Amino acid sequence: MSIHYFANPARFTRLAGRIQPWAGGLTAVLLLIGLYMALVEAPADYQQGDTVRIMFVHVPAAWMAMFCYTFLAVASAVALIWRHPLADLAAKASAPIGASFTFLALVTGSIWGKPMWGTWWVWDARLTSVLILFFLYLGYMALWEAIEDGQKAGKAAAVLALVGAVNVPIIKFSVDWWNTLHQPASVLRMDGPAIHSSMLWPLLIMALAFKAYFVTLLLARMRMELNLRRIRAMRLAERTS
Amino acid sequence: MNIFLAIITRDLLLAVRQGGATFLALVFFLLTVTLFPLGIGPEPAILARVAPGVLWVAALLAAMLSLDRLFQADFEDGSLEQLTLSGLPISLIVLAKIITHWLTTGLPLLLAAPVLAILLNMDNEGFAALLLTMLIGTPALSLIGAIGAALTLTVRRGGVLLSLLVLPLYIPVLIFGVSGIDAAVHGLNAKPHLLLLAALTVAAIPLCPWAAAAAVKLSLE
Repeated sequence: MSIHYFANPARFTRLAGRIQPWAGGLTAVLLLIGLYMALVEAPADYQQGDTVRIMFVHVPAAWMAMFCYTFLAVASAVALIWRHPLADLAAKASAPIGASFTFLALVTGSIWGKPMWGTWWVWDARLTSVLILFFLYLGYMALWEAIEDGQKAGKAAAVLALVGAVNVPIIKFSVDWWNTLHQPASVLRMDGPAIHSSMLWPLLIMALAFKAYFVTLLLARMRMELNLRRIRAMRLAERTS
Repeated sequence: MNIFLAIITRDLLLAVRQGGATFLALVFFLLTVTLFPLGIGPEPAILARVAPGVLWVAALLAAMLSLDRLFQADFEDGSLEQLTLSGLPISLIVLAKIITHWLTTGLPLLLAAPVLAILLNMDNEGFAALLLTMLIGTPALSLIGAIGAALTLTVRRGGVLLSLLVLPLYIPVLIFGVSGIDAAVHGLNAKPHLLLLAALTVAAIPLCPWAAAAAVKLSLE
């Protein structure tokens, strides 16, 4: 492993160390404002009542679930094509975060669905494809864990991430197709009137808060991975010298 | 081309002489299908309703369980590494192995499916569609599965991991396969489903060996 390998990560660690507190602070501020607006200021929905407030967590989480997978796929492509030493770390670090957001979206959706639809779960196209996305995250993380050699694991996981990224639109399309065949167009559609600004603003602020949280966590996880690698390299050097 | 054919012949010969594997996949297929009437109950109407889905799910699982045969033995005794020295691009070696896998798994499943469809009391209108969807769809199972098999080559006891990687990717094949048969059973046009299924397989033919080859290369490093 040449010195160039660590040159870039060292600079990154310094930069990340400087950005991380700001991202964390931004997350806290946005989350406070967003939660206040969502839970206190925003009006209850005339049909859904206070249940609608779940949306302020659910929708940003669902957005982040898709955003994280896109991020994961792009980072994997960069890792495979340019062999950028940080890209596969970024991909690895983003996977558990994305999986957690996906899980959060599924759980909050389920909690919302119980009073609204009268059931915890329906095999709605959207729910089903998010569930499959969750499995894709799990597979990606499991592959990282299963291969011992870190370099190989990174490349194999990157191949899987790209295969998954090609498949996500196909799966989405096929599930939509399946759903329209097996279920009549149902009341579950969200084609309500355009969202009112008293709800839109807290939603957007919450989305930004989630994004800032993602950056904070991503940087923290990447620094942790880099430090782990350094510890491993130092131990190896100690033993061989 | 000669090497390509030679690999297929060799793998086919191995499959025939070692025997067992194809037979086991078939028995697994039969057994899984048998479990459904026992689980759901023997009412012919219900069985006829779920038959396309049961057949496809069981075929998909049988194809997945036999994926470890694709590269594992050759990887362990080193002949996979020897093959890469033959000058043939790895993606073509992978494609040859996928073709053999389909011939020894997909094709037998396809031939056994109508018999099981009779046991499940499937409507007669669905038989042509069953054969067609299996004919078009099972190659995609071998192709997509090859990526998973290649990625888990160096993983010890990779079976569970393989299913976690491969099953989500199989979902589109399952959906279009079953909906094609369902359409035929209900007297609708099955052609759009068959075309979409064919599109999946055709897209998988160049892409999957390529991705699987990248994964094989990794494990040989």
